[in-house]
Amino acid sequence: MNDLMTVVDWSRGLFALTAMYHWLFVPLTLGLSVIVGIMETIYYRTKSQEWLKATKFWMTLFGINFAMGVATGIILEFEFGTNWSNYSWFVGDIFGAPLAIEGLLAFFMEATFIAIMFFGWNKVSAGFHLASTWLTTIGASISALWILVANAWMQYPVGMEFDPAQMRNVMDNFWAVAFSPVAVHKFLHAVFDGWVLAAVFVMGVSAYLIMRGKRREMAMRSVKVAGWTGAAGMLLTLWSGDSSAVDVARVQPMKLAAMEGLYDGSCGEEIVAFGILDPSKTHKDDKDPFIMKIAIPYGLSILANHDMDSYVPGINDLIAGRSMNAEGDTIDTVSYAERIAMGKKSHEALRQFDRALAEGDTAGMEAARAGIKENYPYFGYGYLESADEAVPPVGITFYSFHIMVLAGGYLTLFIAIALWSAYKRRRLWEARWWQWVAMLSVAVVWICSEAGWVTAEVGRQPWIIQDLMPARAAISAIPSGSVIITFVLFAAVFTALLAAEAVIMVKQINKEEE
Amino acid sequence: MTLSMLQDYWWMLISVLGAILVFMLFVQGGQTFLLCRSNGADGQSKMVSSLGHKWELTFTTLVVFGGAFFASFPLFYSTSFGGAYWLWMLILVSFVLQAVSYEFRSKPGNIFGTRTYDVFLFINGSVGCILLGVAVAMMFFGAEFTVSKGSILDTGSPVISRWAPTHGFEAIFCWKNLVLGFAVLFLARTQAAMYLLNNHPRKDAFFDANRRRVLVNGVIFVVLFLLFVGLLLTADSLQTVKDGGLDGGRSVFERVEFKYLHNYLDMPLALVAFLAGTVMVLFGVVRSALASHFTSGIWWSGIGTVLVVLSLFWVAGYNGSPYYPSLIDPSSSLTIHNSSSSMFTLTAMSWVSVIIPFVLAYIVYAWRAMDRK
Repeated sequence: MNDLMTVVDWSRGLFALTAMYHWLFVPLTLGLSVIVGIMETIYYRTKSQEWLKATKFWMTLFGINFAMGVATGIILEFEFGTNWSNYSWFVGDIFGAPLAIEGLLAFFMEATFIAIMFFGWNKVSAGFHLASTWLTTIGASISALWILVANAWMQYPVGMEFDPAQMRNVMDNFWAVAFSPVAVHKFLHAVFDGWVLAAVFVMGVSAYLIMRGKRREMAMRSVKVAGWTGAAGMLLTLWSGDSSAVDVARVQPMKLAAMEGLYDGSCGEEIVAFGILDPSKTHKDDKDPFIMKIAIPYGLSILANHDMDSYVPGINDLIAGRSMNAEGDTIDTVSYAERIAMGKKSHEALRQFDRALAEGDTAGMEAARAGIKENYPYFGYGYLESADEAVPPVGITFYSFHIMVLAGGYLTLFIAIALWSAYKRRRLWEARWWQWVAMLSVAVVWICSEAGWVTAEVGRQPWIIQDLMPARAAISAIPSGSVIITFVLFAAVFTALLAAEAVIMVKQINKEEE
Repeated sequence: MTLSMLQDYWWMLISVLGAILVFMLFVQGGQTFLLCRSNGADGQSKMVSSLGHKWELTFTTLVVFGGAFFASFPLFYSTSFGGAYWLWMLILVSFVLQAVSYEFRSKPGNIFGTRTYDVFLFINGSVGCILLGVAVAMMFFGAEFTVSKGSILDTGSPVISRWAPTHGFEAIFCWKNLVLGFAVLFLARTQAAMYLLNNHPRKDAFFDANRRRVLVNGVIFVVLFLLFVGLLLTADSLQTVKDGGLDGGRSVFERVEFKYLHNYLDMPLALVAFLAGTVMVLFGVVRSALASHFTSGIWWSGIGTVLVVLSLFWVAGYNGSPYYPSLIDPSSSLTIHNSSSSMFTLTAMSWVSVIIPFVLAYIVYAWRAMDRK
């Protein structure tokens, strides 16, 4: 069991490492492609050489970043097979489809039109080139759509049923998978987050250019385009984030409880605006979870259910079986001890089915099938020994969520001031302190974006598929040493390439205007 | 459509993607020339320019090939990737290095220097080709794995597919697999040289160097290819006696002599594709090497490669052949019928596959537009 857990933990670490590196580049690709598309559209309409220069400047940075996104992305797709092979079988019938569609619909579109975007300036017409730029943007967003559909399905498995003969889940409703509310909100939240990230990046780099006295006119044009993109992106991110929070409250209440460090819920629950957790707190003791906190009354009830008096369950409530129904009412539901018992019953029924199948005992198969179906919603709990294992790491989930929210609040203010000043107080962009604020905001937006993913992924532990499969049952039969070597190898390669990218970016930004 | 027809259809699509991928590996083959000092700055620049415009399509084809395999035959994905761990990881690392190299190699501030990125491209070109060949060779010469779906309920060790403890190294160091691996490498190098002849038809030193490359690499490829064909056609392999399918039945196989020779004889279309493809590749290579005005060898050889690889996938998966024979537990061998996705998923994916002609059409249209000037 120890080596199993070591493999599980290192496999988690490897996937987290790859995903976090990947997410350094993807949102910038998603957002920068929109900004470049807008700039090229203005150039196409005005034929202004200034806009052409701006388009080409940001397009160069886009290309450098895109390569790293591609490099880290291929690893992610194949890690499902190399490190999570059991998962690949157990849900491959559902999960593989979005990945294949992503490749077919999005990757070829990106690969074809990005080549025209970079090498086609003097080879195709201006209209064709502009169309290629937007098709690259659309391709990037379609790619994000399908990978987020796949991710959302892991958090909210719908559109499938378990087939005991095949010992796996099979899809029975493609549209339920593709357009589940969790998938739609996740996609919108991630894509608009990309717009915000790219907008802040463009504003930060523009501030740097103004500080260095380079490309000043282009920088101010860029700030305006980025300001509008960022403002639109932020509004839509807030809206989709709110919808995602409601989804989490409904389908992953344990994650929401961990996000808030909430152990004992209540009606009209407050939300923690800022807090420091007591690291020694567990769900088994009565300690106050917080060393200190600043809370907003009713905030969590409003966030979770859009109703200030609604009940929000805490970790202890969920373990004990108190929860909230779809209408936001308090209900007695299945406790975690019962879930574990039901999970084990479904495992036993599956064993009986397997034996009956081997013996050709049709009646036995049907009886076992009924037992599996009755208990299947808690199939994954059958792998757990106690409720403790079903509680995600509260500290990481809580802090990452609050870092995201605080950083998001700061960025909303920053973008609003940046956009306003670009039109009404242009001299603000000449002020050294503001230039530093804009440049440091680039770090803030990346931290915000990564923190969001840490919240989403750590908060759903131990599940690789919510309630159906814990990470420990999803792995490959490989020695922990192999995974550790791979982790070190990828950490070294990604870090070296990130360093190279960063230096290349800085050189390109500092390049004198031709 | 029945489930069986859908499984056949998806094996056909996998075959097409695999065939296109092998053809597109000419990019990797070209990368193995980048370290030659005889290229000169001009030759180097021409090579990077020609290959740099195409690398993403090869890369994308690989990713789509992987995604399509996952979607249509998830038990293969689960068994091979999780089992032959080091084989696939080394392939992936080589492609990660490629993904950044074209973009970074000549940019100021790339830290490691242009030559380092050229070494990365060389690694991708050589290691990538050889190991992809090894991965495909396992479809004929087998691999050391077992599959037991019931293991998923073993909480202490819940993995259903298990592999030899060397996790892919045993496949890498199997000489039969390496024959195909090196054949793929030298095919890629030969085709790269023909592609460069086509892309830079002006008669200069670069042109002459590429013609020499066609000759030298072509001869080595032909020797390796003949050796592989000899091994393939004389190989014993498994014949499905009873396919367990998806419904939990146990598959039964028997060992058959000259299995793939029989498959070619039983499937005339595969035989015709193999022979026609081989002739086209040889024609492309020989004429490119000997006729100084002939620059369209890449098309002959490329179409020939697609035909030959198609036929190889067909004899691997059709006619009752398990496309992934297990060397240690034949009943664990994977067939297109016992390892596929469900009928619902294959049907849904088949509707999606209708867009493939449109994808190919816009790729061709876009590249024709680029090549007009």
